[in-house]
Parts: sequence; structure tokens; C-alpha cells
Amino acid sequence: MFVNFFHELKSANVPVSLREYLSLLEALDHEVIDNNVEEFYYLSKTALVKDERNLDKFDQVFGHVFKGLESLGDGDIAEIPEDWLQTLTEKFLTEEEKAEIEKLGGWDKIMEELKKRLEEQEGRHEGGNKWIGTGGTSPFGSDGYNPEGVRIGQDKNKNFKAVKVWDKREYKNLDDSVELGTRNIKVALRRLRQFARDGEADMLDLDDTIKSTANAGYLDIKMIAERRNKVKVLVFFDIGGSMDPHIRLCEELFSAARSEFKNMEYFYFHNCLYEGVWKDNMRRHTEKMDTWDVLHTYGSDYKVIFVGDASMSPYEVTYEGGSVEHWNEEPGALWLKRVTDIYESAVWLNPLGERYWEHTASLQIIKQLFNDRMYPLTLEGLDGAMRELSRS
Amino acid sequence: MTEKFQGTDNYIATEDLRIAVNAALTLERPLLIKGEPGTGKTVLAEEVSKALDMELITWHIKSTTKAQQGLYEYDAITRLRDSQLGDERVKDVKNYINKGKLWEAFDQDKRVVLLIDEIDKADIEFPNDLLQELDRMEFYVYETGETIKAAQRPLVIITSNNEKELPDAFLRRCFFHYISFPDAATMSQIINVHYPDIKDRLVKSALNSFYEVRDVPGLKKKPSTSELLDWLKLLMNEDIDPETLREQDAGKMIPPLHGALIKNEQDVHLFERLAFLARRERN
Repeated sequence: MFVNFFHELKSANVPVSLREYLSLLEALDHEVIDNNVEEFYYLSKTALVKDERNLDKFDQVFGHVFKGLESLGDGDIAEIPEDWLQTLTEKFLTEEEKAEIEKLGGWDKIMEELKKRLEEQEGRHEGGNKWIGTGGTSPFGSDGYNPEGVRIGQDKNKNFKAVKVWDKREYKNLDDSVELGTRNIKVALRRLRQFARDGEADMLDLDDTIKSTANAGYLDIKMIAERRNKVKVLVFFDIGGSMDPHIRLCEELFSAARSEFKNMEYFYFHNCLYEGVWKDNMRRHTEKMDTWDVLHTYGSDYKVIFVGDASMSPYEVTYEGGSVEHWNEEPGALWLKRVTDIYESAVWLNPLGERYWEHTASLQIIKQLFNDRMYPLTLEGLDGAMRELSRS
Repeated sequence: MTEKFQGTDNYIATEDLRIAVNAALTLERPLLIKGEPGTGKTVLAEEVSKALDMELITWHIKSTTKAQQGLYEYDAITRLRDSQLGDERVKDVKNYINKGKLWEAFDQDKRVVLLIDEIDKADIEFPNDLLQELDRMEFYVYETGETIKAAQRPLVIITSNNEKELPDAFLRRCFFHYISFPDAATMSQIINVHYPDIKDRLVKSALNSFYEVRDVPGLKKKPSTSELLDWLKLLMNEDIDPETLREQDAGKMIPPLHGALIKNEQDVHLFERLAFLARRERN
């Protein structure tokens, strides 16, 4: 049962496992729900989806699978709606209502009519069959059977949407969380943790104390160093120009990273990394630091994060003298390569939406310089970047 | 079979929530509840326990909570002290084992509701440490060598505010429900339950301005159900006229007593700016 549904969910990247599928079947077996489509939708949702970010995907797959599109084939799922249709009719229709349906030309007639009307509609309702018919006639969830439900022709889409919960796609906003808050960023950054006991032994190690006290026969106190996040991070922020629209996002990332990483160093650059970086934007022209000094100061065990849109003229990356602000003796690409050579784990976070990436030549060059380790500055991207950084 | 949860006089449960609770109840699996703060995640456990006449055991999780504390704690310090004083109790290790909430829940003869509140507050590894215990509903006490097994598998309700992601292995063992923000119809039902004698017109105008506030783009913290209920209570106390509320819609934007709805000074500033713009446009 529902094997197709399960596979469709899998291929839509909803993380479902056999265990969840079995518990759905178990719940059906225990008759947690009545034979009712909407209840089945709710039950499968609670059993199979474990993260609100996936709810929208689930709704789409559910709508798609149980609409009986061609991709479904003649599998056994196609049979089930038929059964349910039967049960539903028998269960919810009084004799009177059945008579009313007869008057309108019988069940089949109504369905045929419905199908015709659906075909007149455009787009997504094309593959209409009986299954859609159920949707149209059954606002069961709240009001019980409604003979009027079948008159879809009068206000087409609205009526349809009102009926099927999964078509409403209520959880659309939760999908993929483009919105980042400091809190969310912190959680994502927390993936990058390397715990180690280091420094002064100034904490009472209770377990060890008990053990050695028991062994020695007198109170033998043992101390231990505190457990700290040892990870060291070096961040370069692109500032000014095309980065202005992303300032808020960068601010959030900065404040989250600041509080999450005890050992964090940061520098600013403009468009591309050249021989000088700075720490204070007010005095960027007077207090520039030599990039070589930075690379020499911080050891190769630092994790490097670049934040920038990487969007500029390609010359700014590949040619000496390409920079818009000054004459650079060496091309930016060479500087970026020096960084990736020294630091084994380095990523580039890009606040620009991923779908714009391929249109910018400079972005592609930089992405290549970073061995494809460029991630969008969304929760998902940040998550991927932190995973990459914590690998080595 | 056990009876089913239908919502209570004090708690409006949507159909999907009812099914999720009943699935967890029937299959004896934990139920994980997520949702915006203030949509009634914690209250759910209390209401389920009331409706099904089961005792409620609550385990509040803090950032320092360890999984072991839910099972039991071995009070070595007291034992050490007792041994120095020559206390008789020291001979039996059982005297120094303090039961945790999970043990307490396993010990009951009747089925209970165990609420693990705000599991995301604890360390990332916390849920993993409880996997086996929640799955098999048993654990081993090393100090005494006994195995504690649940007499009646409790109904475990876990709430999370999404501050940390929960591990997949843990999620696979749970049923999941996301309490989405109630629509206007459900909302007035909820209000009726809490303040039965509130004037209909007041509710309507209040709900209007409430959803308007929620729709303002860029709010740091959107007001939620519990804030709405507080606000209504204030409105009733102050005996605010529904007409005054409606006036707000036209001009000033900021509803009266907004302190109950907006809890962030940046949001208040945002509102004042918007109100200023609205006034300027009209002039």
C-alpha cells in the first residue's frame, strides 16, 4: 500500500525512512483514523514529515500522487480512491441525498460533467478523473456532505481550493527559510564546533574525584580544564558598492558569528581581495593592513569564510591593475589562490540568490578558485558551508 | 483501546492536531510539537492529560539539563558525607539514587502524560542520549544493577521552539505536528473559549487590528495567540469601545494598549514610523 507515495516523497527530497512508513501503516492498522481522505492526509503528515520546512513539499507530493496523474501508472494506489469514494458515499450520504444525486442524473453523470468542466480549465487540473471528483464534492472536513460542492463550474478554482487542505499549501512560507535571523544563524554556526579541554585546570572533576577518593580512601580532589569551543575562524567581508543591499544580512551573520566563535578574526575588503585589508571602515584608507601580514599571522588551522557577492567586472579578479579603487600590482585571483592554498578549509558565502549565479562571470571565476565551495547565504547554504568547514 | 482525544472545553484542537495526538496515543510513540511561540504547545499536554484523565509529569529542559537527570542521579556527595559521619544509610546505594522525571513516569501504575518541555534548549546531543530510553521505555541503573521498565508506556509529548535542529534518528521515532498560526475563524473560537462573555463586536474589531499588526512586514516578533488573549483581557478591563478600535484602522495604525501585542522597542518604532507615513499621506 502507498509504496508509490513513499517513493514520490523520497524523490521530492522529503527525508522519509522505512521506519516512518511502517509506523504509518501500523497506525492505519490500528484504525487511528476513519476512512476519510482528509484524515489520511493528516495522519500521513504527522507520521512522515518531521520538519516544518518539508511540509510544503509534502503537500505538493500528496496533491500530485493522489490526484492520479499519468506518472502514477496503474499501481494499486489508483484503486484506492475508488474504494474511498464508495465508502464516503455510503457513509455520509443519507437516502435523501442519494435521491438528489439520482435526480441530477446519477453519480456517473455528475462525475462526467465534472470532468468536462475540469478539462475546460487550464493547467494543473488537466488530468482530471474521479479522484478530483471526490475533492469537488466533499468538503467533509468541516461541514459534512454538501450537494452544492459539485457545482464547481460556478466559481471554479476557489471552490476547489477550499476543499483540499493540501492544495492550500499553507506551509509555503516555511519552505527553505530564506529569512535568516541571528538566532537561526547561531544554530547553523553551532555545527562548527571543536571541543577541547585546554588551559588552566580550574574545574572540579566530580567523577574523577569520586573515583580516586574511593580508591585512596580519603578525599582526593581532581581538577580539570573547562571544555571550550576551540575552532578558530577568519572572516573576510566584502563591503560597499554592490554589497549595500545585503548589509542587514551581513550584520546578522557578523553578530551571530561574533558571539558563537570565541576565536574569530575579521577583515574587510572591497569587491576582491588584494594586497591590503582593513578592520575599520571609517579609516580604511589610512589603516590598511598588508594581506601578507594577515596570512602570516593566522595559522593554517584557521577556518576561512569569505562573505561577498563576488559580482564585479572579471578584470577585477584576473588582471593586475583591475581594481576599481587603486592600482593593484597582482591580480585578485592570485590573492584568493594564496588564501585557499594556505587554508585547507575555506568557503565563500554569497548573499546573492543562487539562481543569479551563473549570469556573473566574476562569480564563476571565484567559485572555481574556491573549488566550488561557494554557498548561498541562506540557512541551508550556511548549514552546508559549516558542514564543509567541519569536515577537515 | 484507549479513548481518543477530542479537544477540551478550554482548548481548541484542530483536526490535524487531534489525529496526531491519537496516533501517538495508539502507537505509544512520542509526539513532537513545534510551532510559533505562544500557539499553545505546552498547554496541549496539560489539556490532553485533563481530557483523558491521565496524570501529567512535566520535565522542563534548560540549557544545562543532561539526559541522565531525567533517568536518575547518584548523589555521591551526600554519600561521601554520610560515610564520614558513620551513618547507617551509607551501606545501601539505593538511598542515594534520586529518581528523575522519566523514572517517575515509568513507575506509575496508570498511564501518564510525560511532557518534555522545550527540548531544543538542551545541548545538541541531548535527544540522542534519550533515544533508547524513549524507544524501549526502559533503562539500566548501573549503581544498583536493576533495569527500570515502564509498567504503562506513558504518552510522551515533546515541545520544541526550533532553536536547534533535532537529530534524524530521534525524529524518526516521533510523530510530528506543527501548530500553524490559527486563522481568523479558529481564533474567534479560541477567544470564545477563554472569554465567553466578550462582546462580539469588540472581538471582531480587535481581531481585525490584530491580523493587521501581524501583516506588517518586517516585524521582529509577530504577536501570537497568547498575546492576543492578554490584549483582549486588557481591552475588556479598560472597557475600550469597539468604535475606538475601528478608528485606529483609518488613521493612527497603533492600536490602544499595544504594549501587550508588541514586545520589542524596534517594532514599536517601526509602527510609529508607519503611522507617521500614513498620516502624511492623508494630508
